[in-house]
Amino acid sequence: MGLTDSEVAALKRKARQLRRKTIETVVWAGGGHLGGALSQVEIMVLLYYHFLNIDPERPDWADRDRVVLSKGHGGIGYAPLLADRGYFPEKLLEEFNHTGSPFGMHLDRLKVPGVDASTGSLGHGLPMAVGMALGARLKGATWRTYCILGDGECNEGSVWEAAMAAAHFRMGTLTTIIDRNGLCIDGTTEAIMALEPLADKWRAFGWEVATVDGHDFRELAGAIEAARRSTERPAAIIARTIKGKGVDFMEDEAAWHYGGLDSERAALALKSIDRHSDTA
Amino acid sequence: MGSTGLTYHVYDVNHMTPAEIYGQVLTGLGERREDIVALTADLARSTKIGKFGERFPERFFNVGIAEQNMFGIAAGLALAGFTPFVSTFAVFAALRAAEQVRTDICYQNLNCKIIATHSGISFGQAGSTHHCTEDLAVMRSFPNLTVLAPADGYETANAVRACLDRPGPVYIRIGRGFEQTVHPGEDYGFEIGRAVTMRDGADLTVIACGPCVLHAVEAAKALADGQGAGVRVLDMHTIKPLDREAVLAAAAETRRIITVENHSIIGGLGSAVAEVLAESGLPCRLVRLGVPDVFAIVGYTDDLYHLYKIDAAGIEGAAAQLLGVEVQAEADWEDEL
Repeated sequence: MGLTDSEVAALKRKARQLRRKTIETVVWAGGGHLGGALSQVEIMVLLYYHFLNIDPERPDWADRDRVVLSKGHGGIGYAPLLADRGYFPEKLLEEFNHTGSPFGMHLDRLKVPGVDASTGSLGHGLPMAVGMALGARLKGATWRTYCILGDGECNEGSVWEAAMAAAHFRMGTLTTIIDRNGLCIDGTTEAIMALEPLADKWRAFGWEVATVDGHDFRELAGAIEAARRSTERPAAIIARTIKGKGVDFMEDEAAWHYGGLDSERAALALKSIDRHSDTA
Repeated sequence: MGSTGLTYHVYDVNHMTPAEIYGQVLTGLGERREDIVALTADLARSTKIGKFGERFPERFFNVGIAEQNMFGIAAGLALAGFTPFVSTFAVFAALRAAEQVRTDICYQNLNCKIIATHSGISFGQAGSTHHCTEDLAVMRSFPNLTVLAPADGYETANAVRACLDRPGPVYIRIGRGFEQTVHPGEDYGFEIGRAVTMRDGADLTVIACGPCVLHAVEAAKALADGQGAGVRVLDMHTIKPLDREAVLAAAAETRRIITVENHSIIGGLGSAVAEVLAESGLPCRLVRLGVPDVFAIVGYTDDLYHLYKIDAAGIEGAAAQLLGVEVQAEADWEDEL
């Protein structure tokens, strides 16, 4: 059951809105992890506006689906999404990174409603997601657990410890989406510490694997739907993305892993996002 | 009475190690508390957490030799509403998985209980890869974490039960093998954060934790018999939050303090006591006994205790020396206050 044309159109509007809000938040914050925040947009929008069984009025609702943004530096793109979904007033984003603010670059579960796990140090999210999925089974609950990994993050050994455990414990309710933008801080993932053949690695660890265009809602949705049908094996979706997606001067530039924007640059970025969205 | 309810021990301290007692007590708690889950990293037998696993296989997870993953999974289970007990050797909990303990468990203030065995030099023959004389230093620096070092089997049982009633993360370090008991039973009023006075005295105080409490009591007896010295012995089972009042009272009333621990003299009980003393401004002599700033040699644990002067003879020798050191007369002291 794929997405309808009107669903895709609505999701695209949300993606454009989130990209714009991410740029604004980076300006308020005085800098942010732009590249990865922009590459994960379609993944996050699709989960939060289409798939997740959540209730923003009750962030601690026991049966909610869980999301672990293991690439915690994507926080500056995650917080505006949570605000739009109604977890807290959008106005609060203006304090992002400010002294004493609930919002830092890496979101704190105890301070930001809607965040299921505090992340930031890479390689920590998937183990926690495995624990959440085990918890669902023990409780006889139906929630699903989604974990979003960075691709460079897959250099961390603990990712593979967790990958082994998820298959061993037959965590069919666990879906991992890898934001495969191809860049880490110091360069391309393949130059710094090669990941390929990445799909083969996940498959060898006992996972169902799909590789999709991570900016194409229909492809992503098809892979997530397939993952939801898997009852025993956890699913890894390798979402091929572009770091800095939507802002032409940031796209595929490792230097935009983290950066600041003056008002001129921010205006250019917003224009670029609008232009991309119009032609998409 | 806490949520754990009435407790009656049914274990034999004369034949069971603290780890075995832990396994048995945890299994008993598991009968009453369905939220308890247990995790280990291929050390079910060695840490005795496997006892719980035999009784509750569905609530027991052996994650293989992957400690970082284990603490992350434990965090996830705590986030899902369970109370995980996690057991491995101290060196792997405090060092291999230190960041997961800090960031996944302590930063998120999760209700996770870490019971680490083979702490200090209790696995003497295994060498420094398996010794852990740094765990108190590391764990004490993590916010939200309660750090316990029980003296014997009875106190291990008390600590394991008490940690369940204490919200948030708790770290309990125990040893490897058999340890002679120092407490007469369980009912001596164990309370997290409150030192137990094993003997009173006005000339010197030995503040000890773990198996060193027994050695301290033996040394105090010998000093009383030999030279009539009044040596107070405190069982400082809670390293954090430290019982400051007990330390300050010892400083004020005995002026001489010896700390003794199965741990490096850097960062553990001795350092915690030194911090309280230094900030108090009270004049008090302090000697820290423990493993000096070296990697401990390989050897039988009893031999290592003797070598590093944390057995009864070592404590007695250090105390005899310190008793010969003059301390400020009481009158001067009161003037300064």
